[in-house]
Amino acid sequence: MRKIEPFLALLLAAAMITAAVTAPWLRFVLTIALAKGIAVIGILLLLRAGQVSFGHALYIAFGAYTVAFLAPRYGDAVVLLLLAAVGAGLLGLVIGLFVTRYRQIFFGMLNLAMSMVFYSLLEKLYHYTKGSDGIRVEIMPIAGQTLDRVAYEWWIFGIAMGLAFVLGFLIRLYLSSPMGEALAGIKTRETRLEFMGVPARGVLLAAYVMSAMLGGIGGAIIAMTSRHVTPLLSYWTSSGELVFIAILGGAGGVLGPFLGAAAYELVRIYAAASFADAWQMILGAVLLLVILFAPGGLWGMAARVMKGRAQ
Amino acid sequence: MSDVLLQATGLRLAFGGVKAADGIDLGVMKGEFLAIIGPNGAGKTTFINMSTGYLRPNAGEITYEGSRITGLSPRAIVKRGIARSFQLPQLFAEHTVEQNIALAVASRDGIWSPLTPLLRPGYRDEARDLLDRFGLSAIAHARADALNEGARKLADIAMAVALKPRLLLMDEPTSGVAASEKMGVVETLARVLRDAQVTAVFVEHDMDVVERFADRVAVWSQGRIAALGPPQQVLSDPAVQRDVIGIERHA
Repeated sequence: MRKIEPFLALLLAAAMITAAVTAPWLRFVLTIALAKGIAVIGILLLLRAGQVSFGHALYIAFGAYTVAFLAPRYGDAVVLLLLAAVGAGLLGLVIGLFVTRYRQIFFGMLNLAMSMVFYSLLEKLYHYTKGSDGIRVEIMPIAGQTLDRVAYEWWIFGIAMGLAFVLGFLIRLYLSSPMGEALAGIKTRETRLEFMGVPARGVLLAAYVMSAMLGGIGGAIIAMTSRHVTPLLSYWTSSGELVFIAILGGAGGVLGPFLGAAAYELVRIYAAASFADAWQMILGAVLLLVILFAPGGLWGMAARVMKGRAQ
Repeated sequence: MSDVLLQATGLRLAFGGVKAADGIDLGVMKGEFLAIIGPNGAGKTTFINMSTGYLRPNAGEITYEGSRITGLSPRAIVKRGIARSFQLPQLFAEHTVEQNIALAVASRDGIWSPLTPLLRPGYRDEARDLLDRFGLSAIAHARADALNEGARKLADIAMAVALKPRLLLMDEPTSGVAASEKMGVVETLARVLRDAQVTAVFVEHDMDVVERFADRVAVWSQGRIAALGPPQQVLSDPAVQRDVIGIERHA
């Protein structure tokens, strides 16, 4: 399955591009899906260590507000993406030094608490953040090129797709490296790692910082796409959404988060359009079905189908 | 230069009213296989836990190659050349046996390489060599949580050996191993450790194993060393036979 993962990634990318070309309104939805997929890779990293963060929307919001605050001064998408990634990484390092001392429910809830503190700051510091009104993000140059709206949206879609490939590839390498395998060791035998001379907390902290950077990048893309940021990006339901997507997509490979994010956004859009008052119920039902009948998520289902065909 | 590799002096540790170590004085000589025997609750595992940094004694000190290691973390102690295996094997359950061993091999380099695979030729070859020496090659690709107890024990010890220690402390390496496999497991183990010139301390309940493989035996009783010497001498001591071996046979 691991061998055909790149092929499946190309197939998914081709499907997304085709959908974006044939139905231009889907370009927005799919760009958001790619951004969330990138952030959910960070959730996948922590799941690999057996830890669930219920507060990673904090880093999405941080990346989004980095774009909103700095766009007027450093108004280039490439520069802002870099700043969002580095800023979120530094924030992740500071918070990670504290939260990686804890495991399981304590880890999850401390992350939730951090994201809600950030949410409150965004709400209350109205003078800077415009509170729940949020901040509008103007179309910005990309690599020095000023673009019209349609070209700009295509470029952001392309950048999101490119980043999804590059980051997915790098995380895939990382997960099969000694560092990534040690991360998985935290889930089953953390004590053993210490008796092998490996600092388990350091391994988790490194993964946490990476996950924060991925969240920051995802948030920056969301800000550039939706062009409006609000404190809701950091609200606990947004963090839950990331965990939802991780479960829906499956944690077995880096393609899972993108499958999950695309499915989530599409189900949400179509369910909201068809059943305006019941779309959350439909999403909930989808998640229940996945948990009951496909515990490995969409990626696990794909793996099973491929395995069946190979036999 | 002293032949003592590990020296424990006046070790004391109590859990509430229970004295798990009550003045332990013991020197482990370079190259020897030292067996620790004694009834359950005598403090044998506590000694291993103190020597490997998992527990800190209330009093006394442990030196290794002349340097004090009391109170150091397990990580710091591993880096000095002391490894351990566990009574309940501590394998990474979702990894294959080969990955478990390779991760132990890689840990010697600090595992901080994020973009090169764990099963790269260097680590994989060394892991396969260890698997071969421990007779585990046939189950190299089996998940650790699918192994029988004997294989789990050997894999657990192989992980400790992969760290290239100069001193290996093993907590009941044959417990849970089928009686018919026990001698084979210990033969394998002894051969690998002698080849690698590893000094070994092992907690053991099987007196046949002790008699056959130990150079010296330390008898633990209520947190103290009740007897210490060559197996023939210690195991034939009437007091040891009455107070320890009698209990061991019924343990």
